[in-house]
Amino acid sequence: MALIDEHVNEAVLKNLDRKENFTLFGLTVPYLFLIFFLIIIPVGWLFYMSFIGRDGSYSFENYERMVTQKSYIRIFLTTFKISFLTTLICALLGYPLTYFMSQLSRKWAGICMIGVLIPFWTSLLVRTYAWLVLLQRKGLINNIAIDLGFISEPIKFVHNTSGTLIGMAHIMLPFLILPLYANMRAIDKDCLKAAANLGATPTRAFWTVFFPLSIPGLLAGLLIVFVICLGFYVTPAVLGGGKIIMAAMKISSNIELYFSWGAASALGVVLLVVTMLILYIASKLVSIDQIGGNK
Amino acid sequence: MKTYIKPILVSAFVGLFSMTSSAFAEDTLRIVSWGGAYQKGQSLGIFQPAAKAMGITVKEDTYGGISDVKLMVKSGADKFDIFSSGAGSCASGGAEGILEKLDYTVIDNSHLLPDMWSDYCVGADIFSVVAAWNTDTYGENGPRSWADFFDVEKFPGTRAMRSKVDSQLEAALLADGVPMSEVYNVLDSEEGIDRALDKIRSIKDHIAVWWTSGAMHAQLMKDGEVDMTTGWNGRFDVAKRDGAKVSYDWKTGIMDWEGYGIPKGAPQKDLAMKYIAEMQKPKYMAGFAQYITYGPTDKRVYSQGLLDDATARALPSHPDNAKHQLTLKTSWYKKWRTIAAEKYTDMMTE
Repeated sequence: MALIDEHVNEAVLKNLDRKENFTLFGLTVPYLFLIFFLIIIPVGWLFYMSFIGRDGSYSFENYERMVTQKSYIRIFLTTFKISFLTTLICALLGYPLTYFMSQLSRKWAGICMIGVLIPFWTSLLVRTYAWLVLLQRKGLINNIAIDLGFISEPIKFVHNTSGTLIGMAHIMLPFLILPLYANMRAIDKDCLKAAANLGATPTRAFWTVFFPLSIPGLLAGLLIVFVICLGFYVTPAVLGGGKIIMAAMKISSNIELYFSWGAASALGVVLLVVTMLILYIASKLVSIDQIGGNK
Repeated sequence: MKTYIKPILVSAFVGLFSMTSSAFAEDTLRIVSWGGAYQKGQSLGIFQPAAKAMGITVKEDTYGGISDVKLMVKSGADKFDIFSSGAGSCASGGAEGILEKLDYTVIDNSHLLPDMWSDYCVGADIFSVVAAWNTDTYGENGPRSWADFFDVEKFPGTRAMRSKVDSQLEAALLADGVPMSEVYNVLDSEEGIDRALDKIRSIKDHIAVWWTSGAMHAQLMKDGEVDMTTGWNGRFDVAKRDGAKVSYDWKTGIMDWEGYGIPKGAPQKDLAMKYIAEMQKPKYMAGFAQYITYGPTDKRVYSQGLLDDATARALPSHPDNAKHQLTLKTSWYKKWRTIAAEKYTDMMTE
């Protein structure tokens, strides 16, 4: 038998490869168009506008202001502090709950999931005001606690950091639970059995086998929560009582104050750049594939 | 980014609709205001009766303030012909060149109280910023002056102030012992502004909430969330009618006015001008005052006895009430608003 020439199909294969690439590219074209028109152009425009001063000429005044006025740096610090704390609370509450749900039978997990999803589908504004009614000075919680004699003076739950965190954590919790649950469900239970078989205690098996396998879902959830928090407006505005001023709120008040999009877009640009910087650092610490949910 | 896409979309949609709006009949006007108890009073007392008298149709909507007017004018859209706005916003809108000059040969301003009109807006009603207190906490002996409002020893309790600078610095200076006639002279420098801010800083620990809207400060008093707050007199009166335990003294009043303006390039400009002239008749101002306690700018409403005595005495511009009050100075806001507003936010975030 004659030896087969290894290179005989090379040209054909290459051609097929190219064809496939073209097809795939063709499939992404509509999406690329969307990205270009709905993200690249508006963001580019945002950058451009931020360099236009009040009188319509090019200037750095919108950025200068952020350095000279101390309130801007405080507002950014507040924004990141609140977002970080909300993310932390969501992780502490969400991880055990999701773990619990992932261990239940499909039926009971489904029922628990409805409990997660119903608030998720309820209007954000309604939930925010509901917290206000519950938490205020003469609200339900304070009144009941005083009537039962637990406290003598009402506790300041709301119109401050704690109220904002309660409201935001409640609203953001499903964003952590959903990706994490998908991830935990996909973890092969046999891995845990194998760990037990090799002599690991349940605690040991959890920390050395289950937890590392759930990290991609956790990271995905944490990132979604953190990034959405950065742009929050309604909840801190209602539950923060003016003591919590986040970047989005300052953006809207600057439009009113300066009558120029520049003053507002500069804030947007800084928020965008800092957020991208944080994501970049995060991607250095963990591979971006993990964030995407691929193991 | 989201905040940015919205105006583009809005202007795109508005652009679409504006093409069809030319199909509107010649005798239709669109007016925008602030909604709530305020616009309800305007609608029942002024907008609709005046439209009926002229035989035209007036469509109402709400809007978000002078920045909406700017957005509309700059994007060449055509959403409304007349807007209802505070004097200060009108002044800055006029300075931005986004408003039509009002024609005072059509609109009669000869009977208005002094300083109740400008080139771009004509005053329709007068409201007051007052210090309101919870009568459950203090009974009838609440803070009857700004000095009391800032005195946390004599009046312990939680307070609320506005999250925007408007009329808060005046209150602070009055509390600091500056006579009414001197308030705007003192405020006419950065030192003066800082003095007022320092006064607010001195009670900052007692300020539980910074309110953002009239509906909010009314709700704060209704719910007993704070023991006293700055706010608009009419909102407190409406809350009181709804059973809220709230009272205030005119001695803390700072009077300001609200009026009508026309966005630059409004196609129905001439008709809008005539409609404003109609709305400015004393009978409509008197009608409006039946719904919310904001007073007329036209002296004839009082001199012709268009209001019964009890209603008249509840209004900020009633001579007996007005004599105690400071009148907000629009020109100060034109000059200092951005500086003062940034300093105020600075104080709030400290």
